[in-house]
Amino acid sequence: MSDTPLLSVRGLSKSFAGHQALAGVDFTLRRGEIHALLGENGAGKSTFIKTVTGIVRRDAGEVRLDGVPIAPRSAEESARAGIATVYQEVGLLPNLTVAQNLFLGREPTRFGLVRGRAMRQRASERLAEFGLAIEVGAPLGSFPVAVQHLVAIARAVDLSAQALILDEPTASLDTHEVTVLFGVMRRLAERGIGIVFVTHFLEQVYAITDRITVLRNGRLVTERETAQFPRLDLVRTMLGRDLAEEEARAETGPRAERTAGPPVLRAEKLGKAGYLQPVDLSVAGGEVVGLAGLLGSGRTETARLLFGAERPDQGRILLDGKPVRIAGPRDALKHRLGYCPEERKTDGIVADLTVRENIVLALQARQGPFRPLGRAAQDRIARDFIAKLDIRPPDPERPIGLLSGGNQQKALLARWLATEPRLLILDEPTRGIDVGAHAEIIRLIRSLCEAGLALLVISSELEEIVTYSDRVIVMRDRAQVAELADGAIDVTAILRAIAAEAPRTAPACQPEPA
Amino acid sequence: MRALRAGAPQLLAFLAVLLADRLVAPQFLAMHWQDGRLFGSLVDVFNRGAPVALLSLGMVLVVATGGIDLSVGAVMAIAGAVAASLADSQPLPVVLAAALATGLVCGLWNGLLVAVLRIQPIVATLILMVAGRGIAQLITEGRIITFASADLAFLGGGALLGVPMPVVLVFGMLLVTLALVRGTALGLMIEATGGNARASALAGIDTRAVTLAVYAWSGLCAALAGVVAAADILGADANNAGLWLELDAILAVVVAGSSLLGGRFSLWLAVLGAFLIQAMNTGILLSGLPPELNLVVKAAVVLAVLLLQSPRLAGLSLLLRSPR
Amino acid sequence: MRESVSIKALLVGAMLAWGGAAQAASLTVGFSQIGSESGWRAAETTVTKAEAKKRGITVKIADAQQKQENQIKAIRSFVAQGVDGILLAPVVATGWDAVLKEARDAKIPVILLDRDIDPSGKDLYLTAVTSDSVEEGRVAGHWLAKTVGEKPCNVVELQGTVGASVATNRKKGFDAAIAPHANLKLVRSQTGDFTRAKGKEVMESFIKAEGGHAICAVYAHNDDMMVGAIQAMKEAGLKPGKEILTVSIDAVPDIFKAIAAGEANATVELTPDMAGPAFDALKAYKEKGTVPPKWIQTESKLYTAADEPLKVYESKKGLGY
Repeated sequence: MSDTPLLSVRGLSKSFAGHQALAGVDFTLRRGEIHALLGENGAGKSTFIKTVTGIVRRDAGEVRLDGVPIAPRSAEESARAGIATVYQEVGLLPNLTVAQNLFLGREPTRFGLVRGRAMRQRASERLAEFGLAIEVGAPLGSFPVAVQHLVAIARAVDLSAQALILDEPTASLDTHEVTVLFGVMRRLAERGIGIVFVTHFLEQVYAITDRITVLRNGRLVTERETAQFPRLDLVRTMLGRDLAEEEARAETGPRAERTAGPPVLRAEKLGKAGYLQPVDLSVAGGEVVGLAGLLGSGRTETARLLFGAERPDQGRILLDGKPVRIAGPRDALKHRLGYCPEERKTDGIVADLTVRENIVLALQARQGPFRPLGRAAQDRIARDFIAKLDIRPPDPERPIGLLSGGNQQKALLARWLATEPRLLILDEPTRGIDVGAHAEIIRLIRSLCEAGLALLVISSELEEIVTYSDRVIVMRDRAQVAELADGAIDVTAILRAIAAEAPRTAPACQPEPA
Repeated sequence: MRALRAGAPQLLAFLAVLLADRLVAPQFLAMHWQDGRLFGSLVDVFNRGAPVALLSLGMVLVVATGGIDLSVGAVMAIAGAVAASLADSQPLPVVLAAALATGLVCGLWNGLLVAVLRIQPIVATLILMVAGRGIAQLITEGRIITFASADLAFLGGGALLGVPMPVVLVFGMLLVTLALVRGTALGLMIEATGGNARASALAGIDTRAVTLAVYAWSGLCAALAGVVAAADILGADANNAGLWLELDAILAVVVAGSSLLGGRFSLWLAVLGAFLIQAMNTGILLSGLPPELNLVVKAAVVLAVLLLQSPRLAGLSLLLRSPR
Repeated sequence: MRESVSIKALLVGAMLAWGGAAQAASLTVGFSQIGSESGWRAAETTVTKAEAKKRGITVKIADAQQKQENQIKAIRSFVAQGVDGILLAPVVATGWDAVLKEARDAKIPVILLDRDIDPSGKDLYLTAVTSDSVEEGRVAGHWLAKTVGEKPCNVVELQGTVGASVATNRKKGFDAAIAPHANLKLVRSQTGDFTRAKGKEVMESFIKAEGGHAICAVYAHNDDMMVGAIQAMKEAGLKPGKEILTVSIDAVPDIFKAIAAGEANATVELTPDMAGPAFDALKAYKEKGTVPPKWIQTESKLYTAADEPLKVYESKKGLGY
């Protein structure tokens, strides 16, 4: 129609309490385009969506819709202006009927009364356009999530949306449902609606999108046409390989040759239906095994199954060659396993408690409540680790919530080291911490390894993995896809393994004929 | 010393309420010896505050895990009914054991619903709050069961070295509870569970057992409170014993500076909170104000006490508001 | 649905009216009781059964568990069963019009027990048997004035729950009775919520605030609070019944024990026998067509140590108080 892009974002910035979540991001959405917005966790995708739609107030920048600057102050206002968002968790009211949901807040009325029949009639018509022939008088909650998504999209489009943002709509859908959704998306694009598509599934990106924008650390990294963007390049861009490379090299240097002993832990065909496909892995004392893969590839799932945080339904775990039963974290603790989870705030620290209390927590848990560590012993352990790991400020009585991310991470490491573990699982140990602490933690991983500890480390920072790992297991789509050892470990090899075409291409993901 | 500093606002508030009481009733601090026990309004504050103080000893632990126990008032009624109906036929140890066991079972029931069946605490304990009073009424057949046992009566009206028995029981229970949670690692585990249950479970804490234990203890404390209340009026009044006291106990815990979201707790501050509330009640009774004003005055004083702690509340709300 | 019920009820009612004389020998009466929230209520139920038996009346009791909708359901079911009369102890004062009209259409007389309903429904029931709580307070006040005589006397009052009409009325009657006697001075008045525990606590505070020996008499809106107050006085080293006069209302068994022990002086009875007069009125209406007055007031009888308290205690003990 015109040269004006449908949605044009310029220099969008947002910071939370000193942390720059978005730094001058530009983004352009054209009419009739399906545009993938990609990035790893913390890249700024959600903040971007929330800032554009006014759920979060922007610090700086401009949003133009059809060339007109807009500044919505809520999702509602944004939808009225023409930008609607459908989130993974649909956000409609499951106890109301489909028709009621579709027309919520704008029901057709006569003399102030809702015209139920007219509303249902119109609802059926609208949904027919989306290929949905369902009973619109039934409660929304009685339909599968996919249908609920389509209803949410129909509502958004009906609210005169010109730009539609779909935030991980496919995360809980099966292959057939994805096909249906993609069909709807294509039809909407043909009508000139611009769609922003957020997903973690690379297959789907290549199957449906016209253009890709990659964010990393709150910055725009690149914007390219999908057809011109090889998969390997995309993965590399998302993980920000080039930037980190030189840093990591400088800090670490070559690794001493080690000879690993017999495995401390072996997992044989460990898996859980719908959660993780069977994994085989082993870790020996003095060995670091890296777990690489994109977000959602099954790395954390593997760790949780090993530690008993999730119950496996197949396979077994052997410690020193003997099968053991790990029914929960407490069993894992008894067998001297340790696990520093990825989500430090929700799964790691107890923010109100002091650094000392956080450090002794696991050791005390293993001893049980009735063999309390005396205050003197607690102080000794806390001071010991504060000195050893250089936790700052070195005050054991400070609530841990007041410490910086890096120091919280070190305190969590201390929590597990205090239990004198044989195997330690570290999930993203360097995420969200500053550069200095980053290097320290990597040094720490190496020294622990040299001290004979078995380590399983999950990280998105491929350079890191390469520098400290003896072997690397690569995961994709919740399955183990490769194992690299010795000389074969380098960033490119890992990237290849991650980006390799999935052998089982879903029918929904066939590239669209041009 | 550290504990004293942390409890400064509560202690100040308590002294302020006592001072206010002294102003409305000049004889408030007067005390004399009578029939082998201390006698005076200040003694009444501790004596009348005893049931809520006992409840708050259990409640503060439940609240520390991020839960709440609405059933304590009803458990008081049940335990009181059990004690009163056995008092004249059984020796005191049997009566006490039966009443406390009843409370423990009630507490375990709540704990089961919350920890194992994962029902929200406010809903789970609401069940026993409603049903419990009915159970108590079944035991008493809707009447006030009176008893003549001097042994049981001693727990309500007797005195040890001049100190009324209910007060002795509160401090005894405070010491036992302190030994149980601070003498072991249970206190730490309760605070960790309340602070972050997911993280605590991943650190190897049996959060389920911890939760079960605090509700059980709350039931036990409530049962003791029920025995004291029954011993006080020489009878079990299923309709009224402990009625709405769960709210006073929650208030005592809040006044003690605990967050209803769970986490840090202080036993002695919870007991102090209960006595503070009673000091307020006693002051209102002594003031001679028309009874229509009772609740208004109480609300105003509670608001004032909570405002006294406001720096802390402000800090807390800041923490809550900061982005995740 | 409701129409068909009321048509059926009409038919049944007509049949009953037609065969009225034959049925009169044994009446069947439905009784919608509020619940068993207090000892008095339990006693009322027990006495109702006893009074019905005495008169050869079959009584069907429905316990509403404090819910009006249960009472309405019970009345509808009584109407459908074609009973000869309905006794209703209403849980609230309003909202009865519709169901009472159904009963009237079915020609089934309704008698209210213990509590009245709001004025708009006055023509919808035969009569109300209630006590006069103002009168109860008045009887207590007169007794106190007479007993004290001319000497000055500081009186403290334990009120019922703030806002409860019974409490307001008992206070009103008492105040009116002692007003002419300048020597009787009401020095303290607080609510004891009708409970023993609160009665005791409030009395303790009265003793501290006034000084135990400055109090000459205690008036409590119910006996339960008085039982608590008596304990408070004893614990303070005072002699209730001797040093301090007591008068309260309800006449529950426990107060007679106290009167017998000389620890309490007087109580005014709120009789649990509301059904007796109701049955008599109903019988007279059914058999002779006598229309009773709109309000049958029960007697507010005063009991003191002169009325053989132990004997009264024994007779009341088994009623379920």
